[in-house]
Amino acid sequence: MDKSKTAQSFDVEKIRADFPMLSTKVDGRPLVYLDNAATTQKPLAVIEAVRRFDSEHYAPVRRGSYKIGEVATEMFEDVRKKVATFLNAGDTRQIIFTSGATQSINLVAHSFGKSLGAGDEIIISNMEHHANTVPWQMVRDERGCVLKVIPVNDDGTLSMEGYAKLLGPKTKLVAITHSSNVLGTVNPIKEITRMAHSVGAKVMVDGAQSVPHIKIDVKDLDCDFLAFSGHKLYAPSGVGVLFGKYDVLESMPPYVTGGDMIVTVSLARSTFAKPPHRFEAGTPPASQVVGLGAAIDYLNSVGFEKLAAYEQLLLEYGTKVLSGIKGLRIIGSAPHKAAIISFWLEAAHPHDVVTILDQDAIAVRGGHHCAQPVMERFGVPATTRASFSLYNKTSEIDQLAESLQKVIKVFG
Amino acid sequence: MSYQSDLYQQVILDHNKNPKNFREVDGHSHSCDGYNPLCGDKIKVEMKIADGLIEDVGFSGSGCAISKASASLMTVNIKGKTVDEARVMFDEFHKMVVGELDTKSAKHHLGRLTIFEGVREFPSRIKCASLAWHTLVCAIDKTGEATIE
Repeated sequence: MDKSKTAQSFDVEKIRADFPMLSTKVDGRPLVYLDNAATTQKPLAVIEAVRRFDSEHYAPVRRGSYKIGEVATEMFEDVRKKVATFLNAGDTRQIIFTSGATQSINLVAHSFGKSLGAGDEIIISNMEHHANTVPWQMVRDERGCVLKVIPVNDDGTLSMEGYAKLLGPKTKLVAITHSSNVLGTVNPIKEITRMAHSVGAKVMVDGAQSVPHIKIDVKDLDCDFLAFSGHKLYAPSGVGVLFGKYDVLESMPPYVTGGDMIVTVSLARSTFAKPPHRFEAGTPPASQVVGLGAAIDYLNSVGFEKLAAYEQLLLEYGTKVLSGIKGLRIIGSAPHKAAIISFWLEAAHPHDVVTILDQDAIAVRGGHHCAQPVMERFGVPATTRASFSLYNKTSEIDQLAESLQKVIKVFG
Repeated sequence: MSYQSDLYQQVILDHNKNPKNFREVDGHSHSCDGYNPLCGDKIKVEMKIADGLIEDVGFSGSGCAISKASASLMTVNIKGKTVDEARVMFDEFHKMVVGELDTKSAKHHLGRLTIFEGVREFPSRIKCASLAWHTLVCAIDKTGEATIE
């Protein structure tokens, strides 16, 4: 009851005013942006922070030993602290800046993957994004590992019995999404981690869909790695984070090599820096990192509890409204879900749905969402996906439903 | 610009609902699988070609209304044509949907296929409209029996 009260007192118009993109028009119609699982719009605070950094503070970070270089470095490293606090990671050396969740996962696959040998087992699930599937197939093929897949139940939940059966003494890593980008399902990471650790396996969490919507506490989850992207968190694209437990990171060889990740380099050999710098070769995306810091400040100012409760209200409302549409089948009905609704409309293919909705300036995603194994599991070639965020309104969901009726009329 | 007059014309909707030649071709001499990685659309084109003449053609698979209707109308329009004529039509069709051929002013052999001209206003749908045609050309080329003069 408290939760719904919090959600109702949420001033969405005030939030919307912070996002310039939301007041734009598409062919004269106000934009209805419902593709937040793909990427989110940015608040003015983020846009301004990047502009200010670029116009007043820009300099090489962690290289320039002059005043503006030192200031830029301090601003950059401050965000590392901010991210560590945001995730409750503690030690800031456990925060690595990457280009996005995809690179974060590839880093783990490449570097941690080197510790794996023939016959070692990696577990993923049937609801992974391609970014958490393909890297592990590569590791399997290169190192002779065995890749096992946790089945997904009909309601979109993970089969925990199936998971328990796959775990064994040869399991070295469990790479699992916290929240599915198609089904919305939020997986019980704490339990998954506990079970994995009991057989001595490490856990890598793909947090791309969860970090923007659920308060994350990596100490509580006890995961060994967690990856996420800035651009799904109201920050600029081109920046992401990999959290890793320090002792695990310390044991890993570098991923990308080059400048700024070494201690010494001679023509014969090089020695590598300690984490996190070992994994941050080259000039980092400093402006984007600063933007990420501003996005975290923004979310903190709104309050995670409030935004999470509000997004759940949007999910409930959206589920109710869309369920009422004839011939519409929602895919993914887990009890614990993020604000994502994927559906199959009998009347039309998702691509046609997207085109018609676009005429009403409604942006939704149609396709396989880089998760073809999920499509196969649920027997659909593609789905239409509406994904909500703290700035969406219930009236936008009404517009979505109205527009879907047009689709049915055209194709009916 | 409107989706009903420019994109989803009645003929296209009809072919989506009741596609022609939506079947496998027994004893086909040529075939190819086409795939659109963006949306996961899959299409198979099978043909019976003899002495450079397309005697029979059919398609199967799944896709959106545009790709299905395009495949259906393609089969209707190339059946009985020579391989060379089909290639010319592919070329013209491609130019039309990317906006390089104005069917009202330029000479062409597209006939009814000009109803897909509106696709040029929907850049993200060009691949949907041309998937069947790319698959057709792939099928022709695969066995190397087709000749270009």
